[in-house]
Amino acid sequence: MNDLIDLAVLYGHLSLLAFGGGPTVLPEMQRQIVEHGWMTGAEFAALFALAQAAPGPNMLVSTLVGLRVAGLPGAIIATLGMITPSSVLTVICLSAWDRFRDAPWRKIVQAGIVPVTAGLFLAAALLIAQAADRSIPLALLTVAVAGVSFATKIHPLWLLAAGASLGVIGAV
Amino acid sequence: MAASEPTPPPSVAAIFAGFFSVGIIGFGGVLPITRRMIVEQRQWMNGKEFTDILGLCQFLPGGNVINLAAAVGHRFRGIPGALAGLAGLMCAPMAIVIALGLFYGHFQDEPLVRRAFAGLAAAASGLIVAMALKIAAPLRTDLLGGLVALVTFAAIVWLRLPLLATMAVMAPLGIALAWRRAR
Repeated sequence: MNDLIDLAVLYGHLSLLAFGGGPTVLPEMQRQIVEHGWMTGAEFAALFALAQAAPGPNMLVSTLVGLRVAGLPGAIIATLGMITPSSVLTVICLSAWDRFRDAPWRKIVQAGIVPVTAGLFLAAALLIAQAADRSIPLALLTVAVAGVSFATKIHPLWLLAAGASLGVIGAV
Repeated sequence: MAASEPTPPPSVAAIFAGFFSVGIIGFGGVLPITRRMIVEQRQWMNGKEFTDILGLCQFLPGGNVINLAAAVGHRFRGIPGALAGLAGLMCAPMAIVIALGLFYGHFQDEPLVRRAFAGLAAAASGLIVAMALKIAAPLRTDLLGGLVALVTFAAIVWLRLPLLATMAVMAPLGIALAWRRAR
C-alpha cells in the first residue's frame, strides 16, 4: 500500500514537471527510484529499454516501474499518475488557450524553456546510456545507434532489433 | 480537398478507436502518426486546428501525445471524450508493455534473454542520445541558450540536484533571456 502511494506521488509530480515532453523527467525518475531502493540504475535502464520496444507514447517506462514495484496495481497507479495531472491541466487550459495563444508572454515563456529542455534531454541521454552501457562494446553500440538515428530517418524499431540481435549472438 | 465541408464531430467510440489505432502502431514518435490520423484519415480537424491544439499540449507539461488525446477528445465530446482518447491511446500499449515486463521478469536470469536485453538497452539509449542531440543542435549558434542548457545538464548529472529545484532556477533564467531578446 505504501508503495502504491509513493508511486502515485512520484509520477503525479513528475507529470507536472515534464516540460518539453516525458523524457525530461527521466533523470529525476531514475534518481528517486534508486534512492527509494526500488531498483538499481541498471535495472531502470533495462525497463526503459523494454518500454522503448513497445508501441505507444514513450512514457510507458512508468508502467514498467509500477509493475516491478507493486505488480499490476502498481503498473496502473504509476501510469495513471503519469497521465492524469497533465491531462487535467490540459483540459482546464483548453478554453483559455484561444486567449493566451498569441500573447507575447506565451511565446517568450515557450522560447525560454527550450534550452532548459535541451539540457534535461542531454542529461537523460547520458544517465540512461551510463546505466545501460556496462562494457565497451555496449557503449560502442549506443554510439553507433545514436549516429545512425541522428543522421538518417531509419525506423527506430530496426535499430532496437539490431541491438537485441547483437546481444543474442554475443557480439556486444 | 474537402476542407470546407464541415464533418460531424466524432463520437466517443470513434475517438477511442482513432487513438487506439495510434497507440497500437506508434513506435518511437507517435506524433506524426497522430497528425495523420486526425487531419488526413479521419478529418476531425484541418492542419491549422491541429497545430493550434498541439501548441497547447507542447506548452504544458506532460507527454505531448497524451495531452493531445485528452484535449482532442475533450474538444469534441467533453470529459467522456477526453477519457475515451486517453483510454484508446494507452490501453493497447499498456497491455503490451505489461506482457513484455512479465516476460522479462520471468526470464531475466536466462543468459540469452540477459544478453538480448543488454543489447536492446544499449540501442534504446542510443535512440535517446540522438533525440537529445537533435533538440540541442539549434543551440550551437546560441551562446547564452547553450550556457543555460549546459548549467541545467550539470545540475542534474554532476550535482545530482532535484529536478524541481533545478527548474525553479533555470526556467526563469531561460525565460528572462528570451524576454530580453524579444524587446
